[in-house]
Amino acid sequence: MTERIAIIGVGQTEFKSKWPEISEVEMLNMAAKRALENAGMTIKDIDAVFIGNMELFEGNYQVDMWLTEGSGAYLKSGMKIQTGGSTGSSICTTLFDHAATGMFRAVMGIGFEKQDEGSSDASLRSISEDTFFDIANGGRGAGPSMSEMALDLLERKSVTEEQIARLRVQASENASKNPHAHLRKKVTVEDVMNSPYLIPPLRLLHMCPTSVGACAMIVAPESTTGKICPNPAWVEDWVTIHGGIQPPVGHLGTYLSKSELGPLWAYGVEQASLKLYKRCGIKNPRKEIDVIEVYNMSSWHEAEWYERMHICETNGAGKLIEEGATALDGDIPVNPSGGVVVTNAIGASAMQRMAEAAIQIRNEGGERQVPGVETAFAVTAGGDSYSAAALFRKSLS
Amino acid sequence: MMKRKVAIVALAQSKYESSKKTLSLGEMIWEVVEKILRETGLKFEAQAGDKPRTVIDKIVSCSEDYWQGRTISDCFYHLEMGALGMSVTKVAGDGASAVYHGAVNILSGKHNVVLVIAWRKESETIGSIVENAAFDPIYLRPLGIDFLMAAGMQANQYLHKYGITEDQCAEVVVKNRQNAFSNPYAQEPLELSIADVMDSKMLSYPIKALDCKPVSDGACALVLANEEAAKDLTSNPIWIAGMGNCYDSHYPGDRDLSDCESLQMAAQKAYEMAGITDPFRDIDVAEISECYSYQELLWMEGLGICGRGEGGEFVRDGITRIGGKLPVNPSGGVLSGNPSGVAGMIRVGEAYLQLSGQADKRQIPDAGTALAHGCYGPNGQSHCVVILNR
Repeated sequence: MTERIAIIGVGQTEFKSKWPEISEVEMLNMAAKRALENAGMTIKDIDAVFIGNMELFEGNYQVDMWLTEGSGAYLKSGMKIQTGGSTGSSICTTLFDHAATGMFRAVMGIGFEKQDEGSSDASLRSISEDTFFDIANGGRGAGPSMSEMALDLLERKSVTEEQIARLRVQASENASKNPHAHLRKKVTVEDVMNSPYLIPPLRLLHMCPTSVGACAMIVAPESTTGKICPNPAWVEDWVTIHGGIQPPVGHLGTYLSKSELGPLWAYGVEQASLKLYKRCGIKNPRKEIDVIEVYNMSSWHEAEWYERMHICETNGAGKLIEEGATALDGDIPVNPSGGVVVTNAIGASAMQRMAEAAIQIRNEGGERQVPGVETAFAVTAGGDSYSAAALFRKSLS
Repeated sequence: MMKRKVAIVALAQSKYESSKKTLSLGEMIWEVVEKILRETGLKFEAQAGDKPRTVIDKIVSCSEDYWQGRTISDCFYHLEMGALGMSVTKVAGDGASAVYHGAVNILSGKHNVVLVIAWRKESETIGSIVENAAFDPIYLRPLGIDFLMAAGMQANQYLHKYGITEDQCAEVVVKNRQNAFSNPYAQEPLELSIADVMDSKMLSYPIKALDCKPVSDGACALVLANEEAAKDLTSNPIWIAGMGNCYDSHYPGDRDLSDCESLQMAAQKAYEMAGITDPFRDIDVAEISECYSYQELLWMEGLGICGRGEGGEFVRDGITRIGGKLPVNPSGGVLSGNPSGVAGMIRVGEAYLQLSGQADKRQIPDAGTALAHGCYGPNGQSHCVVILNR
């Protein structure tokens, strides 16, 4: 039997485009202190600290070294976890596994990015499929695979551009209620539809921002939780699925959406969700889950993930959006935080999905709180295609 | 403390070379993964009728973007790793930490069989530029400092404080380069005299060219298994008896560099778990990550294998040679050529070979308990200690 574990503290900084007045050390320290305060703990109660980001984005190699000055890792166990966009959730599963060994009183993870101190775009161009052809031609970055997914959604008539705009409006409404969201200004369907194209049909307001900020999380086994936390978010189970290969011989013309795995990352999100549902005995996710947090790097992705998480049928995302089912007051609210499309400090983003799920379980969501959350689900994607998913409960049977 | 048992059941290594020009990084990774699959019969995907425990159900990789010059650098090697559909994660640090992570994946009860892989091609970038970026960008990085310069400061302080001599550091080089002759995977075995080391070019006082590890390319993979799977996979499992890791503080001025507090802490955790009270008495063979010769002495002290300041005499008296009371780095160590980042996993792997009786000409007879050590960061800011039992 695995030790029962829970998230007992979450701390987030504010998130913004530029934050020149603080260093990475100070930013991590702010998130860590808030998580400790939220858990009612001090750093002395923590046995291990794990951090993660995209090291080339800020240009700091082995940044866990410098950041011991603020992360609280000094004379503690820990390591650095780095899996691209899913870094934050990979830290979470590392925390869950460590806590579940029963060898630690409590462990803390911090995901962060300070994108104002480097060039994420230049860095991302280096992930083009191969060094010999694509990078030599300037690289293609993350955008093209995203517009491929969008085109695929349109081609199979799952959604309309207007429905996607409505999702973005919904995200802005939720973000306006979340003090830790980055883009908190309310936008209209017209704003979204008239925002400039990045790579058609992907528009500027469909796409996540480049954010600065950090998120910290504290996880503990039941032996600790029982003593100090009246309101834990129990982690019933967690999985990671690798959902897609960067095609080693694919070049600029590769249409991933036409491969048998579907658009980039879709296989991982679907398989991780299904595996977790099966292990947790969830047969009808739309009915049995109260709130979902998902890694929506664009509003198009959010629609795709609805189908992949099986909260609607294939080609049914548009209908789900029309019903308003995923709004804060819908029957299956998705991303009460606003999601990645309004806040994307990359190393933090995937952790924030699981952190927000815990916040909702613990009824600490303030204005964005979904009432009566008993079961929350979070699934992530990105970068490495390592999709981690976890199911959280207010009480474990 | 550990509620489950974790075994190492298989290992594959590259032949470490100064430049693997004929293999791409992916081919280098596949070489070790393929060997693991061939020798163990393990699969990535269960077929009907397979026992679940003879299927790999987790992959932990270990590499760093900086050395590959591209972000999310491991995503290009998923085919070679066998990652599709698998549970995968990546540790950005040293290979010993990746082994630690893999063991935790089993100790949590979530996984049965974990494949751990580390790789690096040091030949394809300029290490000193990468290492400079590991220092805080405000005060230290503008000085142009790299790990070699930092090591010079540490060596100076250590040698001065305890009266360790440069000759004694050179003894480590002579011993390890000699040991490498008995290790077919070692990069550069050399027949050296103390004078050869002392006369080699001064790089960062008191560290000379032969006090440093050479540039190295290679990959290493090993398989961890829970108790049931280990019994299915091998008749000769080697158990992880204890492990610990620990961070020190960053600024050299905040640390006593001749001390190594984080190593002491990491070792203490591992020893406690393994029930080791006197490491010199209880450990039969040790593999220690010495990127520079003085580090083998200093790390032995941090590990409590000898007393403070006794490292120099220890090596001079032959205690750490093959045939001595406690052989250290019979593989030839990092000094004979291992890629940093992979080095810690190679130490665990070599300790596994010793205990499972597969160490060939470098075999220490009747070794029952082995220590493996990995470190990363400037001046060994983070340490990981793994104790193995037969």
